[in-house]
Amino acid sequence: MVELVIFVLVGSAAIGGALSVVFAKNPVYAAMGLLGTLFSLGVFYVVNLGHLIAAVQVIVYAGAVLTLFLFVIMMIGVDRVEDTSEPLRFQRQLVIGLAAIMVVTVGALVFGGEFAWVPLSVAGPIPNGTVENIAGIMFTDWLLPFEVTALLLTIGAAGAIALAYYAPGAPEESE
Amino acid sequence: MIEVTAGWYLSLAAVLFSIGLLGILVRRNALIMFMCVELMLNAVNLTFVAAGRALGNLEGQVAVFFVLVVAAAEVVVGLAIIVAIFRRRESASVDELASLRG
Repeated sequence: MVELVIFVLVGSAAIGGALSVVFAKNPVYAAMGLLGTLFSLGVFYVVNLGHLIAAVQVIVYAGAVLTLFLFVIMMIGVDRVEDTSEPLRFQRQLVIGLAAIMVVTVGALVFGGEFAWVPLSVAGPIPNGTVENIAGIMFTDWLLPFEVTALLLTIGAAGAIALAYYAPGAPEESE
Repeated sequence: MIEVTAGWYLSLAAVLFSIGLLGILVRRNALIMFMCVELMLNAVNLTFVAAGRALGNLEGQVAVFFVLVVAAAEVVVGLAIIVAIFRRRESASVDELASLRG
């Protein structure tokens, strides 16, 4: 019962934040909506006993990534009017059709009871995502992907630094 | 009493993923499109967590960890590209970046 109340409240907050990302005119409001969605997902992780990833979600996403987004929004400028006319023919109709299909399908799954997979509370012991348990898997079975992500992060940092070195004087002939 | 099943979480994740896809299809600002990509990644993370709990193993949460690391690297490089394009073209609109068209 408690989980139902949490699901309804936090889930509606997540959907509301996601909608404000899409429909907000000001990019700062879109970033705030994204923050709400990310935080709501962090609450869902706690409900599903993912303690470590909930903490990482709030620190990395709501902290670092959102701050980076807001930094770039402020740098680029928020007062620009976005051109919302559609140059591609039939794209608006296609999007509306896809959205209608999604709403009908999810509604049928939820209200028709077809999507009653394993009820969460009877599926045996819930895996407890503490730091100890996550590390026990990650540093044994998943050690190679872990090292590869370290390499990926190094390459990403080096790439960002290389992209930041841009000489305004001679952009064309240097290519 | 209504039980919250994994299907509920998967349905919510499907809705969030579709909203992100909708944003990519209708918005024109590169930053907003990037936020919508983040939204879709987070929806996938929610399916990983819900499925991991329903199946009773921790691999779902480990997968979330890796998705998060890759998303962080992607944000760093993507925002650097957007800033570099903005400094050259004075615009963050993707429709004006058609110079690679064949």
